[in-house]
Amino acid sequence: MLEIIDLHASINGKEILKGINLTVREGEVHALMGQNGAGKSTLSNVIVGHPSYEVTQGKILFNGKDLLELKPEDRAHEGIFLSFQQPVEIPGVSMVNFMRAALNAKRKYQGLEPLSAGDFLKLMREKRRIVELDNKLANRSVNEGFSGGEKKRNEIFQMAMLEPTLSILDETDSGLDVDALRIVAEGFNKLRTPQTSAIVITHYQRLLDYLKPDVVHVLLAGRIVKTAGPELAFEIEKRGFDWIKEEQ
Amino acid sequence: MNSEQQYIDLYHQANDLICRHSAPLMNAHRQEALEAFQRLGFPSKQVERYKYTDVAQIFAPDYGLNLGRIDIPVNPYEVFRCDVPNLSTSLYFVLNDLFYDKALPKATLPEGVIISSLGKACEEFPDVVKRCYGQLARSGKDAINALNTMLAQDGLFIYVPRGLVVDRTIQVINILRSDVDLMVNRRVLIVLEEGAQARILVCDHALDDRNFLATQVSEVFVGENAHLELYELEETHVKCHRMSNMYVQMQANSTAVLDNITLQNGQTRNRTDVQLAGEGAEVHMNGCVIADQKQHVDNNTLIDHAAPHCQSHELYKYVLDDEAVGAFAGRILVREGAQHTVSKETNANLCASRTARMYAQPMLEIYADDVKCSHGSTVGQLGDAALFYMRQRGIPEDEARLLLKYAFVGEVLDSIRLESLRDRLHHLVEKRFRGELSKCKDCKLCK
Repeated sequence: MLEIIDLHASINGKEILKGINLTVREGEVHALMGQNGAGKSTLSNVIVGHPSYEVTQGKILFNGKDLLELKPEDRAHEGIFLSFQQPVEIPGVSMVNFMRAALNAKRKYQGLEPLSAGDFLKLMREKRRIVELDNKLANRSVNEGFSGGEKKRNEIFQMAMLEPTLSILDETDSGLDVDALRIVAEGFNKLRTPQTSAIVITHYQRLLDYLKPDVVHVLLAGRIVKTAGPELAFEIEKRGFDWIKEEQ
Repeated sequence: MNSEQQYIDLYHQANDLICRHSAPLMNAHRQEALEAFQRLGFPSKQVERYKYTDVAQIFAPDYGLNLGRIDIPVNPYEVFRCDVPNLSTSLYFVLNDLFYDKALPKATLPEGVIISSLGKACEEFPDVVKRCYGQLARSGKDAINALNTMLAQDGLFIYVPRGLVVDRTIQVINILRSDVDLMVNRRVLIVLEEGAQARILVCDHALDDRNFLATQVSEVFVGENAHLELYELEETHVKCHRMSNMYVQMQANSTAVLDNITLQNGQTRNRTDVQLAGEGAEVHMNGCVIADQKQHVDNNTLIDHAAPHCQSHELYKYVLDDEAVGAFAGRILVREGAQHTVSKETNANLCASRTARMYAQPMLEIYADDVKCSHGSTVGQLGDAALFYMRQRGIPEDEARLLLKYAFVGEVLDSIRLESLRDRLHHLVEKRFRGELSKCKDCKLCK
């Protein structure tokens, strides 16, 4: 599904990713761990096409398509979704208008008619339940005045609406209390199918307890230096990253 | 020849013609206006309140004037439908500077309420006109006042007698109509006597693809305990130049809403000068400007707190794109003795392109010591983080930009009290951002 080959990327002339190789197959959940500044968020931003990052070498294929050729919105239409580490507040743009614009743009890309207002609101109601998102929030401006937990729940709600095939969760567990974490993780699990995949960036085992990754990678200074099964995450939780560094 | 001289020469040549086709009450002010204009000349950018608009350049071209009052064979009720329709059956037209009275709306106004041409009002209500005309818009203090007073031959008169309430919104549509480049000098007098109430929506349109220059000088008197809502909406085109000076005098415990929306224009300067003359008066001013291409919109406001216990609330928002230029200079003057003044001025601006320019100048001058005043102004760009967030969700960049611009002016649109206008404006603004709002859409004349 996703194939990253020798990816180098920089921001403001500073190279952050120094040759990433990563393959994610259908139905797999990959955890991406590593210390702050290792390049985890950079990698997710490059996959979704953030304009601040420059890819200097390598390629990314998504279902065989050259992702780097596509605009961010078209990558989204192809089925890639990023749950932001810091969801952006957009005062004045209601969640309803925001979601309708996003969903109908995707339908247009797929050659489908826009959803009727009635069907759209029905869908909103249905998907809201997955993350127990209040109706009040759905009627407010995008993320404006949402608590940290509400913002993250809102990310998963949007994921539910857009039904991506590859989701990237960038520290979706940061700033969440245990109950909120459970709601978000269970919401995510409800959306999983044998055809959907995910890359989960996290510092903690707790989220992985829920999401049960198939593969765990450790990123260090812009390279993936270790790849193993879920047991690697337990070891990191116990021992930190220093022993991996020493192995290098 | 400098810009002024052509108007002075014109006046000397056509003085008889101007006066013959105008009311003696208006003619009585012309000589003084001429002398003031000769003395002042067009304000240069050194004049503080004109520093953002090049007046001489706007007046330099050679425009035709209809000083002989040649009839315009158009029935606006048949050919024109405003973008704010179904608002009211009290619909009136002013063709260039001519109040159209060959067909009038069926709605009957409360007895004593007058909406007519200013010329006719000079004959029928000389006491009111004499008492008000030229009293606020002094020729001696402003060259545009002087020029307009020199040349204006007619205009609009709205009068609401003491205690009367006009329920229905009065809608006035100013139409610019000409086969040649045309200058129009329009004069407006609005008088609400003590306790009177009225709601007026004035829409500016241009029917022809000509260069137009319209000067408009308005004098608005709001009596004690009176309530006025005056909404102005400009929806002309890139060849239209609007120079508007509006003076509003508010007596004790009166309230006024003075909203101004520029949706489509060429070059516009709106001066709004509000004098809170009586204790307890309260004014609300909302402004919204949407400009792109090389459009120019300069709103210059003065709120003069001359009495205690008055309130003023001002909110202006601009969205500028392409190479548009916006200016907002809002001066609040709290005079000595104007204690317990409450004044809040907010101006926020969005430059959606690198080449758009905004000049923002909030000014607060306070000479009293027991007041509550605030003012603030911001100029920003579209948020990159928000844009990217939306694009990641699949919203195309153009659509994301549109949603952000629309959201930015949402606050000021929501604060428009006239519901039918507010709803309509939400729709018009969205269309405007989509580039679907073209001139003359519903007009049969230029098809």
